[in-house]
Amino acid sequence: MKSSITGKLEAAFSPERLEVVNESHLHAGHKPEFDGGGETHLRVRIVASAFSGMGRVARHRAINDLVKAEFDAGLHALAVEAAAPGEPTRW
Amino acid sequence: MSGIQDFIANEVKTNDVVLFMKGTPEFPQCGFSGQVVQILDYVGVNYKGINVLADADIRQGIKDYSNWPTIPQLYVKGEFIGGCDIVREMFQSGELQSHLQEQGISIKGAA
Repeated sequence: MKSSITGKLEAAFSPERLEVVNESHLHAGHKPEFDGGGETHLRVRIVASAFSGMGRVARHRAINDLVKAEFDAGLHALAVEAAAPGEPTRW
Repeated sequence: MSGIQDFIANEVKTNDVVLFMKGTPEFPQCGFSGQVVQILDYVGVNYKGINVLADADIRQGIKDYSNWPTIPQLYVKGEFIGGCDIVREMFQSGELQSHLQEQGISIKGAA
């Protein structure tokens, strides 16, 4: 799932920087079916010029639209840190 | 289905600030919902929490309403503001507080 999301984001946004981090282990036990070993909670960090002039909600929507299949396949939470070049990031 | 959409539309239009969340403001049952509760409480704004875990139709209905795949979801004056990441970023930059004030909603907390 991490690799499929990475591939989709690279194809769609040609990002300057991109990280997809699996944080599922941080949520182990949160529900009985979350054993921490799968890919239920992912974080996307991305810097791409495509986000220039887009508001926060629009950036998240653009990313969420790409990963509908992953949500249907069991992805539970997707944290998003989306920036345009020149905007501050924390990573 | 339309009944749920009407219910949601009514809730977000008749309450200035509405948080669709997992659990209640007093007892959040999800870390992301809990973060938004903490931010809203810190800002000191009155809001209505709606527990999507209590109603499967609302849980799916709110995702359809906003075309947004996750919960929590914050609404101000009927407008979808965002989920946990966006609310936190707006809080940290002060935009959340200024947006509420621009909408004429009183906040009691520190600026």
